[in-house]
Amino acid sequence: MSDRRNISVTINGETFEREVETRLHLADFIRHECLLTGTHVGCEHGVCGACTILLNGQTARSCLMLAVQADGQEIKTVEGIAPNKEELHPLQQAFQDNHGLQCGFCTPGMLTTLLEFLEDNPDPTEREVREAISGNLCRCTGYQGIVAAALDAAKRLQAGS
Amino acid sequence: MKPPPFVYHDPHSIDDAVSLLAEKENAKLLAGGQSLMPMLNMRFVLPDDVIDINKIEDLSYIRDDGDALVFGGITRQRDIEFSDLVEQKIPLMKEAILNVGHRQTRNRGTFGGSLSHLDPSAELPTVSIAQDAIVSVRKKGATRDIPMAEFPMGYMTPSFDLDEMVTDIRVPIWPTGHGYAFVEFARRHGDYAITSSAVLLDVADGGEISKASVTLGGVGPSPLRVATVEEGLAGEVGSKELFTEIAEKCRDIDAMEDVYTPAWYRQHLAVVLTRRALAKAFSRAANGTGMNLR
Repeated sequence: MSDRRNISVTINGETFEREVETRLHLADFIRHECLLTGTHVGCEHGVCGACTILLNGQTARSCLMLAVQADGQEIKTVEGIAPNKEELHPLQQAFQDNHGLQCGFCTPGMLTTLLEFLEDNPDPTEREVREAISGNLCRCTGYQGIVAAALDAAKRLQAGS
Repeated sequence: MKPPPFVYHDPHSIDDAVSLLAEKENAKLLAGGQSLMPMLNMRFVLPDDVIDINKIEDLSYIRDDGDALVFGGITRQRDIEFSDLVEQKIPLMKEAILNVGHRQTRNRGTFGGSLSHLDPSAELPTVSIAQDAIVSVRKKGATRDIPMAEFPMGYMTPSFDLDEMVTDIRVPIWPTGHGYAFVEFARRHGDYAITSSAVLLDVADGGEISKASVTLGGVGPSPLRVATVEEGLAGEVGSKELFTEIAEKCRDIDAMEDVYTPAWYRQHLAVVLTRRALAKAFSRAANGTGMNLR
């Protein structure tokens, strides 16, 4: 008999009510139950950062949480970053303009991580950006484009606010 | 990689949690999940029951007790990182916590979880040993205190029983103006350190060291105090020559070996990092003098 529970999780403003196995991790819940496949599953042991989401505004590895632990909580995934379907968030636009991605696998984790980081540190140095994304692995870009994008996004966000 | 099947419990009180621990034979406590969840995903552990303690509100706090700061067992590493109290009273912990994983993991990871997992090079256990912290553990109907010196039983094995859980950690405060330094070497920022050195120095007028605490992480099966270095420092006036000479004693420590890191390399790092940490701590002490050792 599998251990199951009813949970209700708000993701990007939409509430998802599902009956899940208690052993299901949050990344699989988001992808398979809520069909939000923007959140990527890389290593499934907390090293690669691809599955990073925002849990009540704070980043977390969604592969290192059980879905049941998110019951009643608010989550933001990469799908919830852009203000609407036509426009990109300044951080996303900066990624596009600075070649901050190639295959795109690490991008959802990079974006969520940097979203939290730039809120706390709106005017970071390059070193601080590198440290902030040290928990996110990228195998394409060599990080140069990502760092450039983050610094560019910081400028855009400051100019916008 | 998916967690194996288990029965999930989420008690709302410490009493309920320890009752479950007493009742279930093969149970695991789930705190921040930054170590247990990977172990579940990889099926290194196969518990019949997982007891999630994140809903126990009285387990998360940082309290000023005058001569010590007391931390609840599931106080998040993030709360330690951003605590003014910690920065003022236990600056060693503030310096160390920035090396604990990444922001994404510190947001979830807990103090008690880190102690219970007891990785030999984990920063919070190293700092707890350096500061002579006392860990309170509770089981059904009984509470006891374990001094950090007796807390590690061996490699990744804390000395509390399977039906006990960490409820709080009492970290004594060193006098205002003490010197401190946490220095580590890791292959990448946020990785587990290969070796780390944590130093606390109480320095009297004229630069005489009245009390020293020197702890190495990553060298032995658990973080360890280096008594030979501490004794050699007591009563001496801090100087580059003293620190360079005394740090050499770290080379005699029996060090772990693995495929990436031979024992001699850990011993070498222990010497170099302790030398640097001593100089840094002495520079920061109110009665110390600035120096930099490479």
